[in-house]
Amino acid sequence: MTSTQLFNAVTLAYFASMVLFVVYLATRSKAVALGGNILAYAGFLMHTAAIGLRWRETYTLLGADGYAPLSNLYESVVFFSWTILLIYIIIDLKYRQRAVGAFVLPFAFLAMTWAQLRLNDAIEPLVPALQSNWLTYHVITCFLGYAAFAVACGVSIMYLIKFSKEEKKPENTPAGGLMALFPSTRVLDDINYKAIMIGFPLLTLGIVTGAAWANYAWGTYWSWDPKETWSLIVWFIYAAFLHARFTRGWVGKRAAWLSIFGFAATIFCYLGVNLVLSGLHSYGAGG
Amino acid sequence: MTAKERSFLTAVWDFLCSLKLTIIILILLAITSIIGTVVQQNLSPQEYLQFYTEKTYKILDALHFFDMYHSWWFLSLLGLFSLNLICCSIKRFPRVWKTVMYPNLQGDDSLFRTLSNADEVVVPGTLAEVTEKLKAFVQKNFAGTVVTTGEDRTYLFAQKAAYARFGVYVTHLSILIIFLGAIIGNIWGYKGYMNIMEGTAMDTLRLFGSNEPLKLPFAVRCDRFEVTFYEGGGGRPKEFISDLVILDQGKEVEKKTIQVNDPLSYKGITFYQSSYGPAGDPIFKMRVRVKDSDEVKEYMARQGEHVNLPDGGSFAVTAYTQAYDRFGPAIQMHVNTPDGNHGNPFIVLKNFPDFDAQRGGKYIFSLDAINQRYYTGLQVGKDPGVWVVWTGCFMMIVGSLAAFFISHRRIWVTLQPVGGKIGVRIGGSAHRNQPAFELFFDGLKEKLKKELNV
Repeated sequence: MTSTQLFNAVTLAYFASMVLFVVYLATRSKAVALGGNILAYAGFLMHTAAIGLRWRETYTLLGADGYAPLSNLYESVVFFSWTILLIYIIIDLKYRQRAVGAFVLPFAFLAMTWAQLRLNDAIEPLVPALQSNWLTYHVITCFLGYAAFAVACGVSIMYLIKFSKEEKKPENTPAGGLMALFPSTRVLDDINYKAIMIGFPLLTLGIVTGAAWANYAWGTYWSWDPKETWSLIVWFIYAAFLHARFTRGWVGKRAAWLSIFGFAATIFCYLGVNLVLSGLHSYGAGG
Repeated sequence: MTAKERSFLTAVWDFLCSLKLTIIILILLAITSIIGTVVQQNLSPQEYLQFYTEKTYKILDALHFFDMYHSWWFLSLLGLFSLNLICCSIKRFPRVWKTVMYPNLQGDDSLFRTLSNADEVVVPGTLAEVTEKLKAFVQKNFAGTVVTTGEDRTYLFAQKAAYARFGVYVTHLSILIIFLGAIIGNIWGYKGYMNIMEGTAMDTLRLFGSNEPLKLPFAVRCDRFEVTFYEGGGGRPKEFISDLVILDQGKEVEKKTIQVNDPLSYKGITFYQSSYGPAGDPIFKMRVRVKDSDEVKEYMARQGEHVNLPDGGSFAVTAYTQAYDRFGPAIQMHVNTPDGNHGNPFIVLKNFPDFDAQRGGKYIFSLDAINQRYYTGLQVGKDPGVWVVWTGCFMMIVGSLAAFFISHRRIWVTLQPVGGKIGVRIGGSAHRNQPAFELFFDGLKEKLKKELNV
């Protein structure tokens, strides 16, 4: 079996899991939610195995020039999807709020579909600039951070939906129907904050490892390259979010919006810069 | 100072200390930083005029958008950010210092009123007995305990991870340290480049931006430059390698083979492999065999030069590449007949010496070697601030982890004789992650009741 076939199976598992979570929102059947969760966990295990398999394939194909599969757009999108699932599983184990799955699995599914259908999955040897251990540390820390922000964004959307429903019908709070499946706004706000609290130091570490690598390869730890600048923009937004927590009037709704803006900037930093702007990271473009 | 002046100063101080200012600055920094990613930075006026009309160019130039990260207004914003950071810390730090260094050891009534985690029990025994018991209990289940006595009461105090309160200040300080490192690098550091031809030495670099020459206190010699390609990689480069030798006072003091991601440092100056290029025309070592014979001749040919063949004709190499698709090094050449007729160009592959036999010409050419001298392109940098920046980065990560994930937890116990028995009051607080502390405290209460048999 090749890693590509296994990645296809992973994509299917996430699709099925996503469908079941949506069915769960409609039917509120616990068995359906359990099924969705089993598929998500199984998909994650396959995903892990597939990344390991691709790692081995680079060595089979390139001999000593094999590499950790984190070096081009395809591999990074696949890894991003993996980290989303990782963070989802951690949150699932801690909070056991299955409705979250309906808002997180679509991100993982879309990422996998895009990677499998549109991106170049050829295993190619690394150009000299990418032959560095810093690459691995840099990519892992950045993407774990991105995934935490993705989760924060997902729960922020849930927060805004639930909050607006509760605002309209204050008499029967907590809102009934579909909303009853959502965690309470207090819990959503709390997950939002905690996810960003986890993501922020990871992003910081990602920026620092990137700077260290740039210094080692080019002799400049910071050159205001668009990718660097956008990572700093994301950092500023989440720094503002964390400080806003301590200011009255910035919790809840505004925090949710800030978290959504932060994630939009994160996605632009990750994809927009490569696809729209130019710079040092342009080798990622078009994958 | 008049009252009016004082109130003005207070207003300025309050403004600089405010968290609202922090949030506004952070959002402003985020928004303005976008400009420099959309407008390309540091191009020449001619290049800008290709994208922009002269009017737009003048406006953008007046706004310093072409080098915005070094413009007065962006640097002022960073300055205001630093000032805000410093003022906030000056305002809040002394209280935190006091909390950590001089903790409130005595949990009196007013303190207990502020604690959401608290409990009370009454137990038999003497004050001394119960104190001993509770001291041992808190020590075993939480942390080392300080005992103080008041008029008729005994107070116990214990705390964990008090240092976590400094996390946020370490993080804030780290930003200032990173700025300091950047300033040091800007004042006492420089960046430039050197192109050294193989076999020669150089002691002067050119600075980026100004292109001014700068003499180094030593010389660098490049003994060899080599670029290797992946086999079957379609010309994808694998490694750029330079053998460098440092000559200090004419003596060879250091030797290193550098490549991308593996630079050479000497006396605080670092040399990075960044580019390469051909130096002079290549010389091709050719082997020519006459068809259907064993007659073989060797020639050295420069690019473009006509070399005479035994029959009065000649050949010339017109182009070459290190990687002709996946076939490796190759040349393009042609043969002139004795009467001067120009033949059709053809390809000779270095890795396939018999390939040219298939062409069916009178002479069969093979390429033994391409002697191309290269220059190695080195980026040269000196940055005495870089370690300051790394120190700042390290502090930022440690500080933010402490600030986010470690919670300062405190337990107070107050013992007071009440009608022949002892009243025990226990309370606690955490400065972060209250839910976890609540769980811990509930467990502690249970254990305490078991211990005291109430």
